[in-house]
Amino acid sequence: MAKVNFIGLESTAYRGAKTTLCAGCGHNAITERIIDSFFELGIQPTDVIKLSGIGCSSKSPAYFLNAAHGFNSVHGRMPSLATGAVVANRKMIAIGISGDGDTGAIGIGQFVHLMRRNLPIVYIIEDNGCYGLTKGQFSPTADLGSTLKSGVINDLPPIDTCALAIELGASFVARSFSGDPKQLKAILKAAISHRGTSMIDVLSPCVTFNDHEGSTKSYAYVKDHDEPLSEVGFVPYFEEISVDYDPGTTTSVTLHNGSRIMLTKLAEDYHPTDKVKALQMLHETARRGEYATGVLYIEPNKQDFVDMLGIVDEPLAFLDQSRTRPGKAALDEIVESFR
Amino acid sequence: MSVTVAEQETAARAASGRVVNDFSIQIATVNGSGSQTANLVLLRSIFQMGVPVSGKNMFPSNIAGLPTWYTVRASSKGYIARKKEVDLLVAMNAETAKEDVLTLAAGAAVVYDEPLKLNALRNDLIFYPVPFDKLIAPVTTDAKLRRLVRNMIYDGVLSRLLSIDMAQMEKALRKQMGKKLKAIELNMNALKAGYDFAAANLPKRDLLVVEPMEGKTEDMILIEGNAAAAIGCMMAGVTFVGWYPITPSSSLCESLIDYLKKYRKDPETGKATYAVIQAEDEIAALGMVIGAGWMGARAMTSTAGPGLSLMAEFTGLGYYAEVPAVIFDVQRAGPSTGLPTRTGQQDILSAAVLSHGDTKHPMLLPSSVTECYTMAMDAFDLSERLQTPVFVMTDLDLGMNTWMSKPFDYPTTGYDRGKRLDADKLKTIGEFARYRDVDGDGIPYRTVPGDGMPPFFTRGSGHNEKALYSERADDYTNNLDRLVKKFETARTLVPKPDVQMDGRGGVGIIAYGTTHWALIESRDQLKNEQGLDTSYFRLRAYPFTKDLFDFIDAHDRVYVIDQNRDGQMWGLIKMECNPQQVAKLRSIRHYYGLPIDGRSLTTELLNQEGKGK
Repeated sequence: MAKVNFIGLESTAYRGAKTTLCAGCGHNAITERIIDSFFELGIQPTDVIKLSGIGCSSKSPAYFLNAAHGFNSVHGRMPSLATGAVVANRKMIAIGISGDGDTGAIGIGQFVHLMRRNLPIVYIIEDNGCYGLTKGQFSPTADLGSTLKSGVINDLPPIDTCALAIELGASFVARSFSGDPKQLKAILKAAISHRGTSMIDVLSPCVTFNDHEGSTKSYAYVKDHDEPLSEVGFVPYFEEISVDYDPGTTTSVTLHNGSRIMLTKLAEDYHPTDKVKALQMLHETARRGEYATGVLYIEPNKQDFVDMLGIVDEPLAFLDQSRTRPGKAALDEIVESFR
Repeated sequence: MSVTVAEQETAARAASGRVVNDFSIQIATVNGSGSQTANLVLLRSIFQMGVPVSGKNMFPSNIAGLPTWYTVRASSKGYIARKKEVDLLVAMNAETAKEDVLTLAAGAAVVYDEPLKLNALRNDLIFYPVPFDKLIAPVTTDAKLRRLVRNMIYDGVLSRLLSIDMAQMEKALRKQMGKKLKAIELNMNALKAGYDFAAANLPKRDLLVVEPMEGKTEDMILIEGNAAAAIGCMMAGVTFVGWYPITPSSSLCESLIDYLKKYRKDPETGKATYAVIQAEDEIAALGMVIGAGWMGARAMTSTAGPGLSLMAEFTGLGYYAEVPAVIFDVQRAGPSTGLPTRTGQQDILSAAVLSHGDTKHPMLLPSSVTECYTMAMDAFDLSERLQTPVFVMTDLDLGMNTWMSKPFDYPTTGYDRGKRLDADKLKTIGEFARYRDVDGDGIPYRTVPGDGMPPFFTRGSGHNEKALYSERADDYTNNLDRLVKKFETARTLVPKPDVQMDGRGGVGIIAYGTTHWALIESRDQLKNEQGLDTSYFRLRAYPFTKDLFDFIDAHDRVYVIDQNRDGQMWGLIKMECNPQQVAKLRSIRHYYGLPIDGRSLTTELLNQEGKGK
């Protein structure tokens, strides 16, 4: 008998349509980790909405959680769509998939404001430094000096979406690598359990257009230059927390639902709740030509956007006429004010 | 007809010696000088005396320091369109005073700030010099307050000159100021200073008089279209608003926010039964609305031309993915930034087919503040019934100016939430396919996240009946053709036109929106002055109903009136006409940024009829 999770579902209940992305695409590995994470957390797929913009990355919501509603929208505009959707039904768990072009170029404005609002959503950038679907042009996260297959050299500096997200107000910011299943899954599970914007930049090499020697987002380059900040462990709220970490080397952060994220420190003085240190660390690792991976920043108790709105507990979308049309006395009072 | 009506009217006035309740007053000030209070008090006082009025503000795209003109029209016959001719000018702005005076017709009256010495400019006008600074000095010593209440002096002067009851002025002032007792006192003192000065120094030499009337304004209200639309949205049960500030639509969402705060708190928890988000731009505003509409919320935004351009992308997505959304376009004069504070009907064509590819969108065309209210509710029902973005095309004139109206009726019908799949329906149809035309009306059944019904994957890319990605030619054309069928269904659901068949097969006129008010006046002019009876088809929605084409068939010549340069509605109608119908259509266009007026319409129509002078 297949293994079931604690709500009694098999992992197949979390799968989606067959992928149409290239074989070996990093995005497919991310999809697998998303499936694992929702399965292991025991979340009902029907409680989830999947949203995306346009691009290779944005196709992937079709490849996981078939039983969830999905919306593959327009290029760079998933954040606004997500904002309306999440506010209209606060009960749903939202996951948004974007790419480095979708977020860093055409969608940077909406990205900025989503982070600033701390909307409750897991926002994943499947980051390959290029435009895959239009055949390999540079994106704004391509590193200075990296080359296209055709030999063209990128002469503009990259946008660090993680630094930006931390600066703007996202309350959970992480970076990982599609080729590191263990770390990615731990981060994803923590991100899903966090209430607020969880922004994860996942380096995800493009096997077709950006996995060659001159690329700084190739498998080989990332493997060599990945500097894990800490070993990430995740303990869901429904598991008895009995892990015994050495207090000298472990940071434990409790998420809103009681889950804990355990970070076994590798970097000596790194603490993920210090915004200034997080930004400093990002700049320092970037200067060395390295990617710091792990949970870079977390602010577990920050009020999220939906709470800030002061709206009713039930979904706005399901309020009926008795709740939303004021009575005749209200209209009469308004009309009277115009006499 | 060589003697103009204006000349006839002048003669008639001279004979009777008085012009009662039928004139327009233009007040020229500098914006930011607090003239709005004085202007509204004037408007309201005349209204309170039972005289039909309209108030139109022509203001600059600026916060303070540029010229503003406010026109109050009194019309015993109830004409509330703009009147081109100014009968009385209040000249307070040194910068524009000379030109304002030079453009007046002979015989007009001018109340002016004495130091401007306007009486030297012409000798065929009636001048009333008023030393505003001298009069305001004893009212208050505070320089800032002086500036703010100074304008009340002209209300006092006009009260005396036009026989507007001071008690009505005071009542209007109290209404305007609410509970600000100190401000009321100051303004009253300024008002009295003006009145007393006029009584002592300005013998009445013009013919204009306000006299109390009965039967025209007793039950009426004075309201702006944007506020009316906001009330309609709240009564329609809006639960999500995404917006971005833009003139002239901002006051729609701002009024809505005020009403929602007051009337849409959950009685038990005190929490809001709505969310309003000020977006980062209009792209995001409509994106949020589409996201909320997709989830099943009643969602809306309001905008104007430049915002409409930005909304093109999401409108196309809403059309193709079939997501409800309500979009108010309070039109202003374009293109580009254009004249942000001037009116027009310039977005008709772009809204009708907004976004790339084959798209077309329902548009509702309110003419009055009442229709701003009722069509707001219609728009939510239609957008959910048709599962598509619906536009409500108002304009600056309707949205921001003050209109006299009957009070609004409480809605008698409940919401139409459209075709939402439930367990019973699912049993009947057997299998859910999001884009399958089960009922033959082009409108499929819909599910939303969290409703317990089967999910589907929404996308702006090619899809088949089951909402699966498809690039197949048959899937694509089946879908596009079904959308056409849905649009045909929309023809039967949109508000019906208002038709008056008086033209006996000769001249028919098609108009929409605020043109209505000028056309009422123009049709009376055509009938009374020329003996020309006309039929009138007031278009209230797009897609056009079958009646439109019957109307064209029933007349020899059909004039389509547009407040835009290119005859946009004329063009849109032509697209659906046969060649015989096209041949009958003529186009009248008005596009200088001010609301269309009856006289200009009459003149242009007569020209095209070959009866011009």
